[in-house]
Amino acid sequence: MIPAAFSYVRAGSVEEALDELSRHGGAARLLAGGHSLLPAMKLRRAEPGVLIDIGRLRELSYVRADGDRIAVGALTSHRTLERDPVVAEQVPLLAAAARRIGDQQVRNRGTIGGSLAHADPAADLAGAVLALDGVLVARGPSGVREIPAREFFTGRCRNALAAAELLTEIRLPAAPGRSYAFEKFSRRALDWAVVGVAAQERPGGGVAVALIGMGPTPVRATAVEEALAAGTPAAEAARLAAQGCEPPDNAVASASYRAHLAEVLVTRAMAAL
Amino acid sequence: MIGSAVPRKEDAALLTGRGTFVDDIHRPGLLHMVYVHSTEAHALISGIDAEEARSLPGVLGVWTARDFAGLPPRPSVPGLERGYLAGDKVHYVGEPVAVVVAADRYTAADAARAVRVAYEPLPVMATVADALAPDAVPIFAPLPGNLALEQQVTPDDVTADLEAAPNRLRARLVNQRCAGTPIEPYGVLADWAGAGPTVWATVQAPHRVRAEIAERFGLARHLVRVIAPDVGGAFGVKSSFMPELFLAPELSRRLGRPVKYVETRGEHMVHTYHGRDQVQDVEVGFDAEGRVLALDVTITVNVGGVPDPVGIGLATLTSYMLGGCYRIPKIAARFRSVVTNTTPTASYRGAGRPEASFLIERVVDLVARELGKDPADVRKVNLIQPDEMPYQTPFEGIVYDEADYPAALDLLLGELDYAGLRAEQARRLADPAAPLLGVGLSTFVEMGGFGPTPLFEQFGYLGGWESANVRLQPDGSVIVLVGTAPHGQGHQTALAQIAADQLNVPFEAISVLYGDTAVVQEGTGTMGSRGMPVAGNAVRQAAAEVAAKARTIAAHMLEADADDVVPIGDGFQVNGAPEATVTLAAVAERAFKPHLLPEGTVLGLENTAYFEPKNLSYPSGAHGCVVEIDRDTGRVSILRYVCVDDCGTVINPLTARGQIHGGVAQGIAQALYEKVTFDGDGRPLAASLEDYMVPGPLDLPPYETHHIETKSSFNPLGAKGLGEAGATAAPQAVVNAVVDALAHLGVRDVEMPCTPERVWKVMHDAS
Amino acid sequence: MRVEITVNGQPHSREIEPRLLLVHFLRDTLSLTGTHIGCDTSSCGACTVLLDGVAIKSCTVLAAQADGCAVTTIEGLAGEDGLSPVQEGFRQCHGLQCGFCTPGMVMAATALLAERPDPTEQEIRNGLKGNMCRCTGYQMIVESVQWAAANGGAR
Repeated sequence: MIPAAFSYVRAGSVEEALDELSRHGGAARLLAGGHSLLPAMKLRRAEPGVLIDIGRLRELSYVRADGDRIAVGALTSHRTLERDPVVAEQVPLLAAAARRIGDQQVRNRGTIGGSLAHADPAADLAGAVLALDGVLVARGPSGVREIPAREFFTGRCRNALAAAELLTEIRLPAAPGRSYAFEKFSRRALDWAVVGVAAQERPGGGVAVALIGMGPTPVRATAVEEALAAGTPAAEAARLAAQGCEPPDNAVASASYRAHLAEVLVTRAMAAL
Repeated sequence: MIGSAVPRKEDAALLTGRGTFVDDIHRPGLLHMVYVHSTEAHALISGIDAEEARSLPGVLGVWTARDFAGLPPRPSVPGLERGYLAGDKVHYVGEPVAVVVAADRYTAADAARAVRVAYEPLPVMATVADALAPDAVPIFAPLPGNLALEQQVTPDDVTADLEAAPNRLRARLVNQRCAGTPIEPYGVLADWAGAGPTVWATVQAPHRVRAEIAERFGLARHLVRVIAPDVGGAFGVKSSFMPELFLAPELSRRLGRPVKYVETRGEHMVHTYHGRDQVQDVEVGFDAEGRVLALDVTITVNVGGVPDPVGIGLATLTSYMLGGCYRIPKIAARFRSVVTNTTPTASYRGAGRPEASFLIERVVDLVARELGKDPADVRKVNLIQPDEMPYQTPFEGIVYDEADYPAALDLLLGELDYAGLRAEQARRLADPAAPLLGVGLSTFVEMGGFGPTPLFEQFGYLGGWESANVRLQPDGSVIVLVGTAPHGQGHQTALAQIAADQLNVPFEAISVLYGDTAVVQEGTGTMGSRGMPVAGNAVRQAAAEVAAKARTIAAHMLEADADDVVPIGDGFQVNGAPEATVTLAAVAERAFKPHLLPEGTVLGLENTAYFEPKNLSYPSGAHGCVVEIDRDTGRVSILRYVCVDDCGTVINPLTARGQIHGGVAQGIAQALYEKVTFDGDGRPLAASLEDYMVPGPLDLPPYETHHIETKSSFNPLGAKGLGEAGATAAPQAVVNAVVDALAHLGVRDVEMPCTPERVWKVMHDAS
Repeated sequence: MRVEITVNGQPHSREIEPRLLLVHFLRDTLSLTGTHIGCDTSSCGACTVLLDGVAIKSCTVLAAQADGCAVTTIEGLAGEDGLSPVQEGFRQCHGLQCGFCTPGMVMAATALLAERPDPTEQEIRNGLKGNMCRCTGYQMIVESVQWAAANGGAR
């Protein structure tokens, strides 16, 4: 219930945050909304020596249309994603996923960057960003680099960011008027997804399908996508949903039930497209 | 005022953040106590290193079992005496091993983390099957087979009756382990100032707690003051004697400063006792109409790692209630309570009776299924009829009070539109795209109004009565002191309604106080649906005495005969003489003027009554549930939940409705969501609200509530109690509906909780 | 470190440990004990307060993060003219029993009505899904919020 002691630094700018990150090395963690990190710290599953609070970096809270891409600042709250008109028009899948996160209190504080960086394999936004072929922008001591969402999630709660890097922006191809679906199956309404599916009709044709809760990271259902591209009927393609996945087998759900849910939810997502 | 839906007196403070819960109380010099809990389910403690913890600034000390060796054990099963902390051995994950006290809660948490306990693992028996296995290791030396208690509840052997029955069937039913999970966890603040401690605690029976504390410390009871302030829900789990009730006062005594302990939720899920956890092996004999002729039941209870004196015997109550609302001539019941390396189990809302109701209502459905009959019809042929009341069950002393079980079932079937539902069910079965529909019924009867004393003594209480002191203030307003300790039931309101009627005083002019042993006369407490049937009658009786005395004084003031004086609006008048009146306020003031009263009149207007009920009361009713099952995922959705309750006299329909809703919610939670689970090593898998599935607002349905009011003749108010009714009726109403929806697949049972995965597996395996 | 936090309109400046949770700042530092703690996993919502007008769980926010912000707690809801409509709704409709989840529930309901003055039953349940109640089974809470919506809303 009570976090271990740490020292606290409030970053006034991205540069300052990066400086602090470099200075403290692995001992420091970034604090955005805090809705992934603080619960872990309260249970003492995380005991960082330094917290760098980037929560006030207004410069990282924005949604911008940038040509055929939508740029979302890493500190944009779930609440903003739910109701931002640009998101609603250009990448509505992101809003649909944001609406399904936790509760109003959590959505008010949680941020897209914090959620993605936490890299929980069942995170709603991770599924949406993956299905949208998002690109994550990281800034570090050696400059800025882009990491495709497909390469960002490297393991259960692990990401591709270097120790001194900060996630600043998520770039998403605009998909106005394209159909999408977000299907989430949770035990209680408040819970994380047991399994979830984000599906997006791609601007270049075809359908992208991402799964959450089906392995150590969010994954693309490649077999389903390929089958659909080859003209396989949706119901048949959905049967491939769990192919290549290593769903967890735990107290939340068995691996076989998750595999079954993946098929059901992909079927439903396809029907909703 | 009885029968009036007035808003509660309690609410003004609670709604403005001005309630007083244990953790809200601050005392100068306050210290914070934190436990170090066992991380092992079964192990020898080979060493405890508290040096680092002791060295932290702000830490006052770290204590282990040997530091409390001088205290008598806490309330225990004879022969299995329990200390306050684990000694040489731990018996379950979460058992307190050491206790830390520090100047603030942050330092205390740090220090608890810094205590290192070394364990030598022992074989873990996390299940009853493991604990009863031939190669099982005894968890307690005096219990070689890990059996804490084995009891034949009835002398009857029904083998011959079962053999003679035209039909028989067997079933094994599982009533899983649940956690009470009040939103406020357990908390204690002890301040040993002067000759004895004052203890603020989240308890349901402050006088009982006072007696236990006094006994441990060798103090006379007047030196111990126990206060149950606002208590944030209890549901039975705050009736167990947790070690902190004794450790906090003892450490306050040693340190000369007040000591507070407040559980975290994570601790609550492994430390505060759980409930239910029964496996029931049943054999039933029945005729072609579905009449139950004989019932044979063996109950196995998992009582966890340290047998609780209440927990080991709760299956007695289950046994007594096995017949439900039905005329079952022969019942044989026995139970065994088994220790395992898990958190102990004891009372949880209904404490033994919901398990019985679940059993008999599942059995009746199984009988109906076996015979191809409608479950409603099988219930009807078995129901006890109103003209058979009071009804002597096959168990000595268990006599049901007045009720009309058939009327409750008929009302339920009408409200449900049962025939319409059956038609809709058939239509959906024929349409593979439609979700499956299921209808579940549960009549129920349970025990309320605990005592009487001979029964309640067996659970360690001084008595089964309840006390009330009703005291007119000199201005005619009223203070009622009652021996209960409510935690959400609304006694300030309902008991004021009862007093208002007796005294002819406005509801607003009455305050009801409770929960402080220094203020309230000896009391019993709040559990076992006893508020209205027992405390309500105590208030009624005390108030009636006061009213009678007020009338005598009024008669004196009006210079009339007491028999000629009648109560009017705000006082009394002489019958037939509208001008000869006196207000109650004037009477009350006069009660304190000896020179203006007849010679020999006792001063003051007050009375203390101890009401002993003639017997338990038996709240009953019929609940129905309509579910829809998603054929693809197995998810169960409740479309309708309909309750018909007979709690006898309804004091306040608003709070009565709330009690029914809350009980039903917990029953549905047991049926669909909740289960305390452990892995093979005895490690808890549901030790937080993320993992233990307490349902939220979107997970529970609206409830339709109806009442039949059959007054009980066992007490003058005619009330039966209703706090546990919903939790008693709901689980099997839901499970019967789930099984009903799947019956066409040959499904006979679905174990609780009927989670989507479990239901899907059952469907998958059946088809 | 020093924080300046305005609570229920009153500014407070305090020296705190960085790890101090906002809920403990309110309860222990300022003795505003109306805000409760019911879990350690941000699940139950008993600690819900308004931070710069939006509902948050104060057990999952550092007091340091609230530096310079305005907090409204249950103690700040009733005015001189009595209970707020949401509080009164809970009273009228018996939306509380033990009262422990109530402050969080009332704050969450107040935030909900500020955004959706006329919510459907489903919207109310959805808006309160971060708040657990073990006593009521929620239906009378839903009715309380409906009462409030019809009698003044989030004021």
